[in-house]
Amino acid sequence: MEYLSWGRYPKAKHHSIPLYWQSELPEFDPSKTYLAYGLGRSYGDSCLNNNGELLVTTGLNKIINFDIKTGVLDCEAGLSLQDLIKFALPQGWFLPVSPGTKYVTIGGAIANDIHGKNHHQGGTFGCFVKSLKLLRSNQTIYHCSPNNNSDLFKATIAGLGLTGLIVSAQIQLKKVAGPLIQQEVIKFKGLEEFMEISASSKNFEYTVAWLDCVSTGENFARGHFIRGNHSLTLSTNYNPKKLPLSVPFNFPSFALNKYTVSAFNALYYHRQRPKLKSSEVHYDPFFYPLDGVNNWNRIYGSAGLLQFQCVVPSDDRLEGIKKIMQMVVTSGRASFLAVLKEFGDVVSPGILSFPRPGITLCLDFPNCATTRDLLKNLDLKVRELGGASYPAKDAIFPKESFMVYYPKWKEFAEFKDPNFCSDFWKRVTR
Amino acid sequence: MEESYKMSKIIIFGATSAIALATARLYAEQGAELCLIARNHEKLIDTEADLLARGAKKIHLIEFALAKSEDHIELFKNINQGFGDFDIALVAYGSLGKQKSLEMDFSQAQQELDVNFISVVSILTSLANYFSQRKQGTIAVISSVAGDRGRQSNYIYGAAKGALTLLLQGLRNRLYADGVQVLTIKPGFIDTPMTADVKKNFLFVKPEVIALDIKKAIETKKDVIYVPWFWRYIMMIIKIIPETIFKRLKL
Repeated sequence: MEYLSWGRYPKAKHHSIPLYWQSELPEFDPSKTYLAYGLGRSYGDSCLNNNGELLVTTGLNKIINFDIKTGVLDCEAGLSLQDLIKFALPQGWFLPVSPGTKYVTIGGAIANDIHGKNHHQGGTFGCFVKSLKLLRSNQTIYHCSPNNNSDLFKATIAGLGLTGLIVSAQIQLKKVAGPLIQQEVIKFKGLEEFMEISASSKNFEYTVAWLDCVSTGENFARGHFIRGNHSLTLSTNYNPKKLPLSVPFNFPSFALNKYTVSAFNALYYHRQRPKLKSSEVHYDPFFYPLDGVNNWNRIYGSAGLLQFQCVVPSDDRLEGIKKIMQMVVTSGRASFLAVLKEFGDVVSPGILSFPRPGITLCLDFPNCATTRDLLKNLDLKVRELGGASYPAKDAIFPKESFMVYYPKWKEFAEFKDPNFCSDFWKRVTR
Repeated sequence: MEESYKMSKIIIFGATSAIALATARLYAEQGAELCLIARNHEKLIDTEADLLARGAKKIHLIEFALAKSEDHIELFKNINQGFGDFDIALVAYGSLGKQKSLEMDFSQAQQELDVNFISVVSILTSLANYFSQRKQGTIAVISSVAGDRGRQSNYIYGAAKGALTLLLQGLRNRLYADGVQVLTIKPGFIDTPMTADVKKNFLFVKPEVIALDIKKAIETKKDVIYVPWFWRYIMMIIKIIPETIFKRLKL
């Protein structure tokens, strides 16, 4: 079986070792390098280890203990967020932080210190990790928490799987009344208006904006601001029936271009007539709209897709994001999905954690030489603006950028396991 | 009907196999009571914790090497005393030996036949007599598509599973009058520890997928299921190829 990243670029060859039981964890060979691989939702090369060993964790997915009173879940690292919700939600508990897909393992959520629509209030996933069990290549299991092996704990959260194999973790879940979200969608035009709505949305636990990254002139930076809170409505409809949509094969590479994407953007923008629309929706389409289409990454064709996610720090965030968007619009490269969100200032324990106060912009493009050139230029701009890019979504930025974006990387490197490696790590350290 | 599923008591022989674990989880979510039988202590303990957290009402563990037919009488006494009556029995253990070594060494082949067939006959004997007396219940057994036709790549394993399939046919015929369901489950390629060394292709599916099929087949009183469903048609084609041609194929 070929193990790919979600962007399907770059490609790598692996020998895979599937893990199923805590009593049968791997014995490490000092002449080899290892990396844990969960559901492969990292976009770039951070989940790849070319010519090395992949420890496939999806079979290591057992619940160890769940305290229904405190909401603390102890589980193995291969448990998926989908599986977690399925089991915890009927008992009144939900994920403390939801990324854009539920096809992520707990280990992956920790290793990438994922964030979601509640970052401005709750911080990252790592803020809710009470403890974790780490197996290193010296065959020793380390119990890590803010009080115990705390340095290794901080290095493992957002540590991109490089500090060893996360075997299990204790996560603090969040109490909710039911599966529904009270949602508001507001149409906006321009980044100034986005900022105004974002500033007036402090009472909403979840905020995010979909953005049109193709249109110019008066439609420049138009979009939908989506905000919501957990609804107090009681419902037992935990798993609504959905159309099983799936992309069965790679689309031809010309399917997504400036014209099809701008047509899609126009349709999407006008899908809602009134300026503000309020409704009660299910958590699944609210948090994971793309999970409704299996293998959606195949619409980018066999060359794959390139993601770009940066954060521009608070000082001149508006101008910074504007400059980046103008570079995208003038490049003529169409981003099918563009997402904008204001991060908060909750500090993550993770040394290499990506989110920091400011605005984050997320784009994706079909992979080709022109896109790669554009991304290199965008990266230079992010560096100039004092921002940072997200390793889980990147396949491009060089060593020089990494060292600026993550100034504590040397401190991190002391905790990296000598026998764990990824293609990302090779790229940004050699 | 609804009520009886909630109350169900299930016994699983080979409870730490991937298919068994995935199926057990579905019943645990409904608050079932389960008796788990397997060899490995640590795996049983891990499985117990997982199923309890997912909603199982009660778990009874029995550490036992199922290949040893001579101890099965003792095993059933233990079940009777510790777990009591049950509604569904799932037989899910097996071994997929390397064909090349089985060909070279009869003692290994004999072991393979013992695990995959002889010991199962012993368990089925007890189960059949138990359910026939109770005039209800389900015996679900994991056989394999490999038992549908002998092929050079796995004919020892295939012969054991083929014999098992045949035995289950007879048993179904016998127990029909008693209202007991006998379900033969024929998995195709499943991504499990058993197939860890097999090169994977697009036909491989996760055990979670087929667990849903198994549970549904038990609820709808099916006789034979292929999992996933399309293997019925793959095997239909494999079975109709005339032997004079089949013997020349590299399968």
